[in-house]
Amino acid sequence: MADAATRPLRIRSRATAELPRILCIAGFVIFVLVPLYWMVVTSIKPTSDYLALPPVWFPAEPTIVHYTAALFSYRGLDGLTNSIIIASASTVLSTVFGTLMAYSMARFNTGSGHLAFWVLSQRFLPPVATALPLFLMFRSWHLYDTHVGLIIVYTVMTLPLSVWMMYAYFRQLPRSLEDAALVDGLSRWQALWMVAVPLAAPGIVAAAVFVFVAVWTEFFFALVLTSRYAFTLPTVFRAFLGFQGAQYGEACALATTSLVPSIVLGILVQRHLVRGLTLGALRG
Amino acid sequence: MAGVRISGLHKRFAGVHAVRGIDLDIPDGEFTVLVGPSGCGKSTLLRTIAGLEDADAGTVAIGDEIVNGVRPRDRDVAMVFQDYALYPHMTVFGNISLSLRARGRPKAEIETRVARVADLLGIVNLLGRYPRQLSGGQRQRVAIGRAIVRNPRVFLFDEPLSNLDAQLRDEMRGEIKRLHQDISTTMIYVTHDQIEAMTLADRIVLMREGWIEQQGAPLDLYEQPATMFVAGFLGSPQMNFLRGRIVRSGEGAAVRFDGEDTSLVLPPGRERKGLSDGAEVIVGLRPEHARRGVGVEPVPGVVRTEAAIELLQPTGSRSYATFRLAGQPVLAELQAHDVSRPGERIPIDLDLRRAAIFDPQSGKAL
Repeated sequence: MADAATRPLRIRSRATAELPRILCIAGFVIFVLVPLYWMVVTSIKPTSDYLALPPVWFPAEPTIVHYTAALFSYRGLDGLTNSIIIASASTVLSTVFGTLMAYSMARFNTGSGHLAFWVLSQRFLPPVATALPLFLMFRSWHLYDTHVGLIIVYTVMTLPLSVWMMYAYFRQLPRSLEDAALVDGLSRWQALWMVAVPLAAPGIVAAAVFVFVAVWTEFFFALVLTSRYAFTLPTVFRAFLGFQGAQYGEACALATTSLVPSIVLGILVQRHLVRGLTLGALRG
Repeated sequence: MAGVRISGLHKRFAGVHAVRGIDLDIPDGEFTVLVGPSGCGKSTLLRTIAGLEDADAGTVAIGDEIVNGVRPRDRDVAMVFQDYALYPHMTVFGNISLSLRARGRPKAEIETRVARVADLLGIVNLLGRYPRQLSGGQRQRVAIGRAIVRNPRVFLFDEPLSNLDAQLRDEMRGEIKRLHQDISTTMIYVTHDQIEAMTLADRIVLMREGWIEQQGAPLDLYEQPATMFVAGFLGSPQMNFLRGRIVRSGEGAAVRFDGEDTSLVLPPGRERKGLSDGAEVIVGLRPEHARRGVGVEPVPGVVRTEAAIELLQPTGSRSYATFRLAGQPVLAELQAHDVSRPGERIPIDLDLRRAAIFDPQSGKAL
């Protein structure tokens, strides 16, 4: 009887306990989404609505004029194309080399930990320290303002990231799976390709996404090592802060455009980012 | 099919000398069980035969061919792993057929052979499932199927049953034994479970600290252990060890216990020449050789004593009873109704014809 009497009270107290959590989540969602919304809505606002008071939450007459200006007049489309080429190529290269290196370090203890630390230590170096030498080298090797030049820089720059993410992943893959593959008649390469890589796919995909995003948003090397031809999307944004003041509409239009590939990529790989593929492979 | 010959094999891992000069000759078609406590080097030995570890010294030959330096895939051995090592991203069919696919066999042949193996192991209805959808026993069957699908020269089993529950383990043990009877390929089986070793093996190789302590037919090892270690390792419950001193009188000999009146007169044939008067010895007596005494007089070689039962552990078919002999605990395997309650005094016959006698210093049988 006592149980029946206390039950409604308990339900109410559970709802009360949930309330702060719900408020926190709601606050966080607003914090994240409002700037995004403001960016998207500004990109379709007429110029007069940018800084209007009270703020215009949705323009009466949406326009795409900022998009055409940003993409064509400011060469945003060229920057977008360059960014897609450079980021994709760097991601593929960094992931392939990173996978091989991480596998070697994880399975054969290549470099016995010193190599792993050395790879990580590459991230300690401030980009400024390498920018000038790179600029001079690239100019004399005809790599300045080329896709290849930036792809090399970005591949090297992101390799520590991909190696370390995959190193951790390969290390926790059970060795016996590859042993079984070797005894089953696979070569080491086949064992890597047919067993280790599919099982490490979530780790590899996660590393690839991180590399892509890092390259996609990189500004400093792109600024120093390109000019009129191989420039990437982030460098285009410089043009929106000029003598005439800030071009909010164009900046927001290009920013919105630059979000699209990341979002598409995120949706495509989301499935692979879910871990736990190895569950059930080994002992029950 | 082929035998395996190992000569002077050594293997070290960062500071650990895991295998210390093993010589072993396994004839074609034999079921050999490598058994020993963990860390005795049995798994390392097996992995070296598979080619997953390189020998530091010595040779491994499969058939007539020395395979040191030969890649695992070219040794034509199949291995079943302790954790099954099924490829989680492949179906049961994919798991079993991988070795055939890797060797580029025609599709029709692959399907026929996988179907035959699946039929043999009763897993036909599982071929489309993934390992995570299988129970422990089913996974074990798939792992065995993966090994037998390509008729290797030698089968290697690395503690394949240790992850199964007791009932399933008994069942799979029977199936592995039957499998060997059916295909009679050389099998090398690693386990730390002495019951598995006794039931499966044509020959047991008992290892300790990287050495072979003793090898032979299961019953030979059980009945004539070369060392105390072997005697203690094989048999459950463990052999009783009683510390005493040899007293010789004329032709005969007896074991006396310090500060006690009790003495065990050794039967003719057991009073070995090596047993000098006053020598310290350890008498090894298996629980089944201590029985409740019945009748007036025991046969020669059997010593009757009377003792109070301290602890009684019924198992249903048998009851394990602990009593003291000259102050030392002894476990006896009695019939279920031989003793009704602890504290009861009963006559107990110790069959010394079957007892082993060890040197306490070297641990070797005398």
